[in-house]
Amino acid sequence: MKNELLLTHWCLIRDNQVVTDDKVENVTEIFSTFAGFLKALYKKEQISYPKFYKMDSLSKLGFLTSEKVLKESQVLDHYRKEEIGIILFNSSASLETDTEYQKTIQDKSNYFPSPSVFVYTLPNIVIGEICIRHRIKGENAFFITEKFDAGLILNNVAGLMESGRIKACLCGWIDVLEDNYESLLFVIENESSDAVDDDRAAKGNKPTVKTLNTIYYNNGE
Amino acid sequence: MEKPNVFIARDNVITSLGFTTDETIRKIKNNVVGFKPCTDRTISSTSIPLSLVDTHQLDELFQRTVELFRPDNRKIRYTRLEKLFILSIYDSVNEMPAGIFGPETQLILSTTKGNIDLLEQDKKKLFEPERIFLWRSAEVIRQFFGFENRPHVISNACISGVLALSHASRLIRSGQCQNAVVCGGDIISEFVVSGFTSFQALSPEPCKPFDISRNGLSLGEGCGTMVLTSSPQKYSATRIIIAGSATSNDANHISGPSRTGEELAMAIGNAMKEAGCEAGDINFISAHGTATLYNDDMESKALCLAGLLEVPVNSFKGYWGHTLGGAGVIESVITVRSALDNILFRCAGFTNPGVPESINVIQQHTAASVNNCLKIASGFGGCNAAIVYRKQNSMQ
Repeated sequence: MKNELLLTHWCLIRDNQVVTDDKVENVTEIFSTFAGFLKALYKKEQISYPKFYKMDSLSKLGFLTSEKVLKESQVLDHYRKEEIGIILFNSSASLETDTEYQKTIQDKSNYFPSPSVFVYTLPNIVIGEICIRHRIKGENAFFITEKFDAGLILNNVAGLMESGRIKACLCGWIDVLEDNYESLLFVIENESSDAVDDDRAAKGNKPTVKTLNTIYYNNGE
Repeated sequence: MEKPNVFIARDNVITSLGFTTDETIRKIKNNVVGFKPCTDRTISSTSIPLSLVDTHQLDELFQRTVELFRPDNRKIRYTRLEKLFILSIYDSVNEMPAGIFGPETQLILSTTKGNIDLLEQDKKKLFEPERIFLWRSAEVIRQFFGFENRPHVISNACISGVLALSHASRLIRSGQCQNAVVCGGDIISEFVVSGFTSFQALSPEPCKPFDISRNGLSLGEGCGTMVLTSSPQKYSATRIIIAGSATSNDANHISGPSRTGEELAMAIGNAMKEAGCEAGDINFISAHGTATLYNDDMESKALCLAGLLEVPVNSFKGYWGHTLGGAGVIESVITVRSALDNILFRCAGFTNPGVPESINVIQQHTAASVNNCLKIASGFGGCNAAIVYRKQNSMQ
């Protein structure tokens, strides 16, 4: 029997707005910077996780989006940490932090390369941060695509879920460049999983390209 | 319906040792290592050993290839990394039927930093601003060959190459494509040298994987390609298949490996399970072996947990250093050649054991029956990957 996939929860953050499972939350203060927005959202969520302050903006955004969506979801309670995967995509890789790091080596008279900046010059560090936060140890991968590509996201997740290697997957899009930021994370589970009760199954969507695109294009713009 | 096997049809490796796999194998057999003290002050202010591709040779070969294969492109400017990618792919596919660029083939690229040198002031102005994006660079490479499908790009630290091969194998097994051209590479720029220097991760002498006196990694420039297919007869493939693969995350630290190695061991276990083999079936392990204190310690623990202590193991990084996003592909290519030629290559740089678990490091090139090989990798962000290659008796 083919195991049907279920999109149980999602969270989208862009333009000072957080949308979780259709619930819109405006972070009403006007923030002149993306950094200000991230900090306000962190405070609003009443999270106590000092490592947050050491992260670059890509990791902060991914971290906050994952906090929002995992709070709604029961995946952390229902699955072993080895059974949860994280598959992420973006357009700019780690270019935001790459540019910041490059500034520290540009000027030979002011040459201060820092390991704490350099480590964030890889897009998959955000996966590592989310894994550390929740002890998630399953399959992980970071892909680069020009634009949000629902087909490729689903394709990858479906392949890994079908193999039975992972039973739930946190997947989606996290992109940061200058003051442009955008994140959309989905929680995808198997419909037949014991962790998905009838109520949640009824509320969940079939994760199709159309569903993902509708969420991406119809919210927060 | 039974899933098709994923055969390795063609390959290429470009490092300081040469521009083809055959040339690289010849140099390995002659115990040639590719490190030289860095004299290019735009890359490093110190004479740290680096394994760099010769720029003059690279440009000359690239120009010749363009004249031969795409004369209309001779006015187009390509970045250093794009030249490496294009040469590596060209050497892999040039004798294949033209259909290899068609809709049945997926191009998959892996890199950690792509055209990162374009952040440097003097190079920035030579290319359009978009060229720094990995998808843009991938599109330039796609266009050069005329691949019909949009390329997939993986950027997942030092497991990028293994992950790209694993992704390719999954696409072929699920019938989404029949062939995949997987190419992984990175250039060595001031960006990465200064970064690893700031981590105090670079060895002052050529790296010594698993050795007691190892003192950090050595960086290497390079690119590797593997052409995979589910139609081995059509493309006269080798008998080697990708039998299984897996990834995992340490969930421990973003820049340091697991203390126990259990997460890498888990990826190894999952890859072997998918391949339908057990520890006793593995004849050779191509380890990550960066020669940092922590990585090599962790790998030895993982191999112990996976029951693989007796299996001959090496790291190819002693020959041409850590090629970052290229490492998984480059080292897989040589691993597959080890299986085809039934030879185990010595672990260059290794003399005396210096890891907590007594792994079986290969000290001399040795003839051996090599049927199942394991390639492993780990990277920043706590990621681990494992892939199993198997020699088939038949071409099914």
